[in-house]
Order: sequence, then C-alpha cells, then structure tokens
Amino acid sequence: MGRGIFTGLVCACAATFAALPAVAEMEYDASGYIEPELQLYFEDPSDSRQENANLSIAGQLELEIFLNPDQTLVVTPFARIDGRDDERTHFDLREAYYEAVFDRFELRVGLKKVFWGRTEAAHLIDVINQTDTLESVDGEEKLGQPMVNVTVPTEFGIFDFYWLPYFRERQFPGVEGRPRIDLPIANDMALYESSREEEHQDFAFRWSHYVGAWDFGLSHFYGTGRDPLLTPGLDGNNQPILIPYYAQMQQTSVDVQATYGPMLYKFEGFHRWQLGENWTQATGGIEYSFYGVGGTPGDLGIVAEYIWDERGETGMNPFQNDAFVGLRWAANDIQSTAVLGGGIFDLDGNGYALSVEAERRFGENFFLQIETRLFIDVPPSDPFFSYADDDFLQVRLARYF
Amino acid sequence: MIRHLICSAVLSAAVLSPAFAQIDLPEDPAERGLAIAIESDARDQGFGDSSAEMSMILRNTQGEESVRELRQRTLENADPEDGDLSLIIFDRPRDVAGTALLTHAHLLEDDDQWLYLPAIARERRISSSNKSGPFLGSEFAYEDFSSTEVGKYDYMWLRDEACPEPYSELTCHVTERFPLYENSGYTRQIVWTDTDEYLPRQVEYYNRRDDLLKTLTFLDYRLYLDHFWRAHELNMVNHLTGKSTSLTWSNFEFQTGLAEDDFTRASLRRAR
Repeated sequence: MGRGIFTGLVCACAATFAALPAVAEMEYDASGYIEPELQLYFEDPSDSRQENANLSIAGQLELEIFLNPDQTLVVTPFARIDGRDDERTHFDLREAYYEAVFDRFELRVGLKKVFWGRTEAAHLIDVINQTDTLESVDGEEKLGQPMVNVTVPTEFGIFDFYWLPYFRERQFPGVEGRPRIDLPIANDMALYESSREEEHQDFAFRWSHYVGAWDFGLSHFYGTGRDPLLTPGLDGNNQPILIPYYAQMQQTSVDVQATYGPMLYKFEGFHRWQLGENWTQATGGIEYSFYGVGGTPGDLGIVAEYIWDERGETGMNPFQNDAFVGLRWAANDIQSTAVLGGGIFDLDGNGYALSVEAERRFGENFFLQIETRLFIDVPPSDPFFSYADDDFLQVRLARYF
Repeated sequence: MIRHLICSAVLSAAVLSPAFAQIDLPEDPAERGLAIAIESDARDQGFGDSSAEMSMILRNTQGEESVRELRQRTLENADPEDGDLSLIIFDRPRDVAGTALLTHAHLLEDDDQWLYLPAIARERRISSSNKSGPFLGSEFAYEDFSSTEVGKYDYMWLRDEACPEPYSELTCHVTERFPLYENSGYTRQIVWTDTDEYLPRQVEYYNRRDDLLKTLTFLDYRLYLDHFWRAHELNMVNHLTGKSTSLTWSNFEFQTGLAEDDFTRASLRRAR
C-alpha cells in the first residue's frame, strides 16, 4: 500500500513530465561538480580488511526546469565511486521534485531535502531526511526524502505540512570502509518496530516565524525514527555484527535564534516518545563575530555550544553532556579562503574530538577543501571509541561547472 | 530655516515630472548639503520595484581577475524612515551558485538578513552588523552596495565645480556626508552630484583614520520609464591596496509587479 502510494507519486511526476510542451522551448538551468577525494589515516586499522589510504570520486548535477513562472522541476542526482568500499560506492537522488506556487500555498512533490534547526554542532531536531553517513561523519549530508510538502506562508509565519510515504534506511560503511564502528553493520538485515517497515506512513508539521531579532520554530514528527538503534547479532558465518533497528517515534521540538548585532544566541531541543520511554535532549549556545580582524578585511567567529541528553550515559548517545567550541576565520578575499577549527569535549571526561577544515577557491571554478578529524582519549565505554583509531586527513578538490 | 527646508521638499515634490525645474538651494552649507541629498533622492522616488543582473570583475595588484555574478530584485519602501527590501541570488562563483540573500534594510539599525544555502536546504538568520566588510571579496563594502537614503547621513555642502572626468562639461555640487550608522567603516564621504539631473557622479570614501581609502565613479547612466536614471558601470578603486572592482549592471526592469510576498522567508527558499 505504502509502496503503491509512492509509485503513484512517481507516476504523477512522470505524467507531468510527459504532459510537458516541447522540451526545446523550456527554460532550464544546469550546474554541478566533479570532486576527487583522498583520505589518509594516521593509525593502522583495527580490521585487516581496512587500509590507510583511499581514493574516491564524487559528482553531482543539478537541473532546474522552469515549466512556467510558478512551476519548476528540480532534479539533483549524486554519485560516488569509492576505491575501497563497495558500500560507499553509491548513487542518490538528492532531490527530484515538482514545485508549484499558488496564491495561498506552495506544493512540493518528490524527493527533497528539508533542514530544521539553529545550532552548529549537533542537529538534534533535524529529523526529516536520512543522514548519508557514507559521505561525512558530521551528519550534514542527507539522502533525498520522498514527500508531499504543503507550505502555507501567512503573516503569522510559515506553516509546513509533510506527508512522508516511504522511509529510507541509513547506509553504513562496509567492512573495508573507514572511518567506521569496529563491528560491521549489516545494512541489509535492518529490523523495524512497525510491521509496515519502510512503508510506514510518516507525518510532520512545522511552524516558523520571526519577530524583530527573534527567529523561532515549533515542529512535530510522527513516524519511523531516522537514527537506528544498533543491536548486536551474528551474520550467516556466525561472525558478530550490528543490526540496525528502526523504532517508531513521536517528537515535539522547539528552536530559537536571537540575532543582536555580532552576537547570535541559539537553542534547539526536543521531547521524544519512543519504545515506551520518553526523554528530552537539547543544545544551545552563542556565536560571536569579530569583524576586520587585525586591520585586515577578515572576520573571526567564535561558536560555543552545550549539548545535553536527559538519559545521561545510558542512552548510547555520544553527546549527553558535551561542550563544543569552534573558531571560524574567513579572509574575505577573492578566493574565499576560510579555516574552521572545532572541538567537542565530553564533560564527563570521556575524551574529545577535534576537527580542522580549510578551504579556498583556485581560479574561477576549482574549490579545495582539506579536513582533518582527530579522536583523542576516548575510553572503550564511549560510543565514539570505535573511531579512536580512525584519525584522518581528507583532501577534496571540486571542479564546478 | 526649517520652513526653507520644507519649501525645498515641497518644491521637489511638486516638480516630480519628467522635466525638472531648477531648484532654489539654501545658503547655509549644512542645509544646502541636505537639500541636495533630498532632491537627489526625491527624483528617484516611485520606482516601485526593479530587477537587474550584476557582474563584478575583481582585480588585484598583479592584474589577476575574478568574476562575480548575481541577480537582484528590489522593492521600494514607501516609508522614508525605513530601507528597501531586496533579494539577491548568486550565480558566480559556481561553488556558491544558488545561494540567496534576503535583506530587509533599515537606515540606522542593523538590517534583517536571511541566507539560504540550497546544498543543505538551510535557511539562517545572519548577523548584518558587518556593513563595512567586503561584499563577495570585492572593493565594495556591503554599505556601499546598499541603497542611498537621505536619513543615513549628516551633510555639508563644500562648493560647486566642474564635475570629475568624464563629465567635466557638467557642473557638480560637492557635498561632504557623515555616516550616522555607528558601525560604518567611514568617517566621511565626498559626493559629486551634477546640477542637471542630481545624479551622483563620483564618491570618495575616507576610512576611520580619515585617509582617502577608495574612489567610486558612476558611468553609463541610462534613463528608464522616462524618469529613473541608473548607472550601468561603477568603478571602485582602493587607493591603499591598489585593488579595484568594476561593477556592471544589465537587464534593468522596472515595475515588474513584485510585491512584499516576493521578499519573505518563504520566497527566499524557492529563489532561483
């Protein structure tokens, strides 16, 4: 049934396509990039099937087709070919949706990305899209989510209604992949609380508004939780593995940002009901910018945030009582040179993680990103312990067109 | 003195027809400077809304060049005490293509600004207190790029003289203006406004240490709807670094039917 509905949506899109006037007359805009990547690991892996270096290449195309001033098709295919990990070689439609703008509301149907939230370190309330863990460990890359989204802009803010007819599983790195959790995760053995599995019909609502310097939102989600519980099990060869378990959840969240000159105050938090339990998680902090640092045109921004989980260390959440401190320097030069450094510190003494990212444009169309992530003093009891031997340096050079 | 100012304002309102009568300016240098600014502003009132494309060529001292391209939509704010609404969509460099910036401008306070990043579908309210910072790495600061409103400055008329090249056949009012916005990067600016159409022809910017920092020249003025002049080429030269930026406007369209609905957070999300 759920799949039937999803297929129906796809058919509706295809029918729209077929009904289009002569393709040659349509206005469209195409852009994209190709991006080779090199990863170097500083320590020998915990699994002999892993390596200390990896080459990979990714590409993305974004096509916008303007049917008329109020109707647009957006298609954004993404693909990566990985030199080592078959699981990381993957294709995704980041977006493939039809958009229609009416006088009183806007309609979007298809695969789409939606972001909810305010803070920089942890994105607690951002629950619509599945995270693409194959692309980055910071959780900012997302898979396209099938949806019907109705947006109603009013003078009292924007009301968004989401029907999410199909669930997408999180894909974890394969046994050759790095960085990864020490025990392999069996992507194809995923279990669900709901008997309808990925065809469970999910729904969400969001209201967002601003008054003066204050931006705020109130959201609710009902459906399959995007983050799986990882339960120990055995594979066909009686080898220990982790099996993803996707539970149902309901979650109500609030988010606030106050913008006062160079100072930004940010907060987001949720209360979640899942598997007979309910609890609160929240994060908040400040971002402050110094402009014209040292007589140069450059800016220096400081971010300080605290992350909290009511369940404490029992929740299998690495961020239950942690602090994030980040510095961002932007040169404001022609090449958009910028450096971002940050650390997440477990305030219960369970180690810390550091990252430094540097980026710069070369010429008109090349963009270089260098990133390093270090996991330090993480004890075996911490959920991040598996990453402790996965300190790495990553270089990506994108060619935009 | 106040009556004199009001007279001048009424007069300029009365002559808002394509052919402008010569106006009487007060003698006092401060009043005269203000009257010139009011006249210049009044002649551009009523454009309603506009859209245009912009291209910038950034040049460093080694002669290397870099290109920026964007599209801008503007809605005039009828309230003289508040700024215009604008939506900018970036096209070049390609790595920021699709990024959109919504601004609700204010005269003396920080603007309200939201940035939309399509790659992660994220809308964020951003700090706008860095009006003195460089716009897209160019020699234009954000505050140079925003609309000129009378209430942003105090004024002092200095002299009348031949306009700077290439307009030396015209006569210019030379006026000093002092930014009232506390985070401005400038102590003062000197503006050359021609006495025929009251268009700015050149601006000199003095930094916080009162050094001559930059000179901006306005070229290629063209008339729209028989009423609104727009410079199509703006050249900014930084005298301290030797860098320069050439900014070119094209495809100006006026009164295209844009409304407040086109300058909301919802419209920012779908700006393309």
